[in-house]
Amino acid sequence: MNKQSSDSGPRTGAKSRSATAVIEQEAPTTPEHTSRDSSDSEQNLQGLDRETLRDLYYQMLLIRRFEEKSAESYSMGKIGGFCHLYIGQEAVAVGTISAIRPDDYVLASYREHAHAIAKGISPEAVMAELYGKAGGCSRGKGGSMHMFDKDVNFLGGHAIVGGQIPLATGVAFASKYKGTDQVTLCFFGEAAVNQGAFHESLNMAQLWKLPCIYVCENNQYGMGTSLERAMSFQDISQKARAYEIAAEHVDGMDVLAVRAATERALERARKQSLPTLLEVHTYRFMGHSMSDPGKYRTRAEIEKYQERDPLKLFSATLNENGIVSENELAEMDEKVRDRVERAARFADESPEPASEELYTDVYASPISRGEI
Amino acid sequence: MEEGQLSRWLKKEGDSVAMGEPLAEIDTDKATMEMQALTSGVLRKILIKEGESAPLGQVIAIVGEADEDISELERKAQAPKTEAAPPASTQAPVEEQPSEPSTAAPPPSPQPPPAKPEVTTGGDGRQGDVVAAEASGRLIVSPLAARMAAEAGIDLRSLSGSGPGGRIIKRDIEDAITRGQEVTAPERAEAAQPRLRAVPPLQQPTIAGASPFRDEPISEIRKVIARRLVTSLGPVPHFFITTEIEMDRAVQMRRNINALDPDLKISINDIIVKVAAAALIQHPQVNASFQERVIRYYERADIGVAVAIEDGLITPVVRSADQKSLSEIARELRDLAERARARKLRPEEYTGAGFSISNLGMFGIDEFTAVINPPEGAIVAVGTVTPKPVVREDEIVVRQMMRATMSCDHRVIDGATGAKFLQTLKKILENPLYLVV
Amino acid sequence: MAVITMREALNQAIREELLRDDSVFLMGEEVAAYDGAYKVTKGLLEEFGDKRVIDTPITELGFAGLGVGAAMAGLRPIVEFMTFNFSILATDQIVNSAAKMLYMSGGQFKIPIVFRGPGGSAFQVSSQHSQALESWYAYFPGLKVVIPSTPADAKGLLKSAIRDDDPVIFIEQERMYGIKGEVPEDDDFTIPLGVAEIKREGTDATIVARSLMVPTALKAAEQLEQQGVSCEVIDPRTIRPLDIETIVKSVKKTNRVVIAEESHPFCGVAAEISAEINERAFDYLDAPVRRVSGEDVPMPYAKNLENLAIPGVEQIVEAVRDVAYLE
Repeated sequence: MNKQSSDSGPRTGAKSRSATAVIEQEAPTTPEHTSRDSSDSEQNLQGLDRETLRDLYYQMLLIRRFEEKSAESYSMGKIGGFCHLYIGQEAVAVGTISAIRPDDYVLASYREHAHAIAKGISPEAVMAELYGKAGGCSRGKGGSMHMFDKDVNFLGGHAIVGGQIPLATGVAFASKYKGTDQVTLCFFGEAAVNQGAFHESLNMAQLWKLPCIYVCENNQYGMGTSLERAMSFQDISQKARAYEIAAEHVDGMDVLAVRAATERALERARKQSLPTLLEVHTYRFMGHSMSDPGKYRTRAEIEKYQERDPLKLFSATLNENGIVSENELAEMDEKVRDRVERAARFADESPEPASEELYTDVYASPISRGEI
Repeated sequence: MEEGQLSRWLKKEGDSVAMGEPLAEIDTDKATMEMQALTSGVLRKILIKEGESAPLGQVIAIVGEADEDISELERKAQAPKTEAAPPASTQAPVEEQPSEPSTAAPPPSPQPPPAKPEVTTGGDGRQGDVVAAEASGRLIVSPLAARMAAEAGIDLRSLSGSGPGGRIIKRDIEDAITRGQEVTAPERAEAAQPRLRAVPPLQQPTIAGASPFRDEPISEIRKVIARRLVTSLGPVPHFFITTEIEMDRAVQMRRNINALDPDLKISINDIIVKVAAAALIQHPQVNASFQERVIRYYERADIGVAVAIEDGLITPVVRSADQKSLSEIARELRDLAERARARKLRPEEYTGAGFSISNLGMFGIDEFTAVINPPEGAIVAVGTVTPKPVVREDEIVVRQMMRATMSCDHRVIDGATGAKFLQTLKKILENPLYLVV
Repeated sequence: MAVITMREALNQAIREELLRDDSVFLMGEEVAAYDGAYKVTKGLLEEFGDKRVIDTPITELGFAGLGVGAAMAGLRPIVEFMTFNFSILATDQIVNSAAKMLYMSGGQFKIPIVFRGPGGSAFQVSSQHSQALESWYAYFPGLKVVIPSTPADAKGLLKSAIRDDDPVIFIEQERMYGIKGEVPEDDDFTIPLGVAEIKREGTDATIVARSLMVPTALKAAEQLEQQGVSCEVIDPRTIRPLDIETIVKSVKKTNRVVIAEESHPFCGVAAEISAEINERAFDYLDAPVRRVSGEDVPMPYAKNLENLAIPGVEQIVEAVRDVAYLE
């Protein structure tokens, strides 16, 4: 990867302060900055083997098709409440989570279907949870915004913006307390950075040297409010540096770039027990949620970003490097669509939770007295 | 009388009954009455168990044809206090209501109706015994008091509440339970009959070292005594006059009369009744009773004589004692007392006296004050006849002395009036020949 | 039996649980080096070190959430709020994370955390530092709320709260840290949550009181005894889950009840208890349920006004006399 120092972060004009541990990278936020240099292809593949590379693509494709199916199911009324889709951001969830161990932890926001699947929750269990069925990973009691799976260390699924950030900090605290080298990944959008919880958490993470990687998925819009309208100083990585935390800008449309950045952060976390903030630049092609009329951005802007669709970019890369053929890509798509159909069928057939479930799991230590 | 207790069923469900046949024994506040079938048919349903009480008017059984549908009657019977018995061939016998004789004075209400306009009628929605009457105002009562009233069979409309806004509260129900319609004199009962109820279990005290105890349910008669006593000594303004009577000649007369005929067993008490009757005729202002708006003066002397029975006391009445001979009085009293102890008196035999006599002489009591049986105007309490030294014409002699205390209702009888009556009573007892003059 | 202060009892409870279970740790503002703002955590840093006794920055939302996250990952945090007034900043993590995690994860992630600290009034610390928030937290299914009034209760209940697998809001009282009481010396002395205690038996009226109002209610009961009214004083000790059965049993015996609290009346714990009594013991009430609550105003600074705002013995006596229909 390019190691560069630059004087200005994207769109901010702010001065950067480079500390010795900090790596900066120019963030390719406008299409003009992107260049596909085929001579970088070996470097771009990061020395990953064929299987891993194909699997990266498979994961992203699975998530893409899953989210498309969710949109369809939502329109049919099979999914209730809110449904926040991840389409366009697949490289972030897959690039980061593919680099961590099964015993590492992940916490995410409400836009979490991708992270849940990437961490290892079956599409069946995720879809059933979306449908509010007993076969869902949270037994139908969480829904789209509250997926959990203790076995794969996916710790939710949180619906208060920024609420997961102190939680993730605490999970990292626990690993350090127990003396393991487990790492916690915390995903949130750029709008969450304005919450006090973000600042309180980062302060403690650096103060107490906690092994937490804060992945800020900067998709430039907090619901309908653009970054410029919400944030006085828009270089989020700088905000991390204000807490002495190592930070990088990352091209979120490039799954390998995301993965590489994650590896660096993991090293820092495991070896030095220090946090990192990755400001990952990405874009969501769908609205904030299924109910978003999307009046705050132009069709043209969306289309511009769709030229850098992470699936398109990566399939091209794999193709060019002979990792996967067009046929194989088509086969993979068919397999993925089958898988997603199976998941939807599973969700359809899964029963609703029993009425008694209304009152289970309110308390872990049951109350012996009365009904309260 | 407000309620009765089902003492014993004489028939069971499914038995056929003929008109007039006794169905059950009902324990009223004075005696055990037989309830007779008012129709022929089959005893289809018994709605009240032995030992249970019911207020007047509540359906306690259903008699009908063997195959008749009685579900409607049953349903009505369970509903809150129903009206009169339904017509047609099926009949639901209601509680026998031993009616007061028309000559008897209606008993005073336990408390004067309250002046407050809001405490009149108005149901509070409770099922059971509280009557939901036509409402002209709201009855305000605490939930606890409502429940207690229902259980005790007390009509909330007859109470005024001592709580804020006229709220009827627990204390008011407790007070009402200890008041009643009729009062009999609080004299000690002598057990002549075997116990009618099972012995309750012995309970251990909560206070260390204290005595174990048994709690007996209060029988009907005790309830009535309790109720009535409280309406007497409290509301009725009593005053008491005492005199000492030389009974030598009366005692001698008794001996002489009894010597005439062994069947004549005249007692001192019989003589006192006869003399009191004579005195009452001579002092009509004493042969009277207070009736709220009038004072009632009686033509003849109906004298109630207190009789101790097992579990309480009762005052059978010797009617027109002024017109009866000593032997008639004696015979009547003997018969009344015997039937009183067997609890076989009819209501007209123990209500409606104008005056009462109570004698504790047989227990060695010198003197006592009795509580008036309302609505009577007075009662005389006599003690033992006992030889005592007295001064006669400046000499000390021994005479058979008996102390008599008269309790008078001051609303009816003034001091002088009462004193004059007592003077006459003394005069005739000391000289029984006055009876034939 | 030892006679110790409330703060000593709490200190012992925390210390014993830190010794007993390595996954228990304590954090909060000034809990370590300062020995605790109210000296409840005195000596603990020295004994257990800074891995287990942790001074936090002034960052309530952050450290409350950190505690909840640590609990998700298997630790048993004790999070101190210097006063519960400051817990308001942490409400999102207490209510949206801690209270709901087990439920919305379908039973996968329990949160065995204790949030503790003093609540209610102190001495002239004014409106932002004097709030009694137990009804606030008791509102949320998923939380447990405990509020002791004696050193023994404090120790036994805090140990149970720490061992409990659910988030417990443990509310102490600054005015009561110095009170003394007998505490069993058994190092495994616990009191179960959700069990009320009859602090004084009686027959004529029931007084339900918690925290600061317990000594006040007991004094009122003494006075009323002289006046011929025998009062039963019940301390629920746990607000959620509430031992309503003990309270109802007493009301069925006495037929009249007064509920005393220093918190505001509206939507308070006394209102909840009153509703429960209405539903479960309606036919046993000879008088309406009376509440004696703190005044419905922010706490004023002036000493005389503060005293007016907090119920005293006279108010409880008057209320009992009222429900007993005595002048």
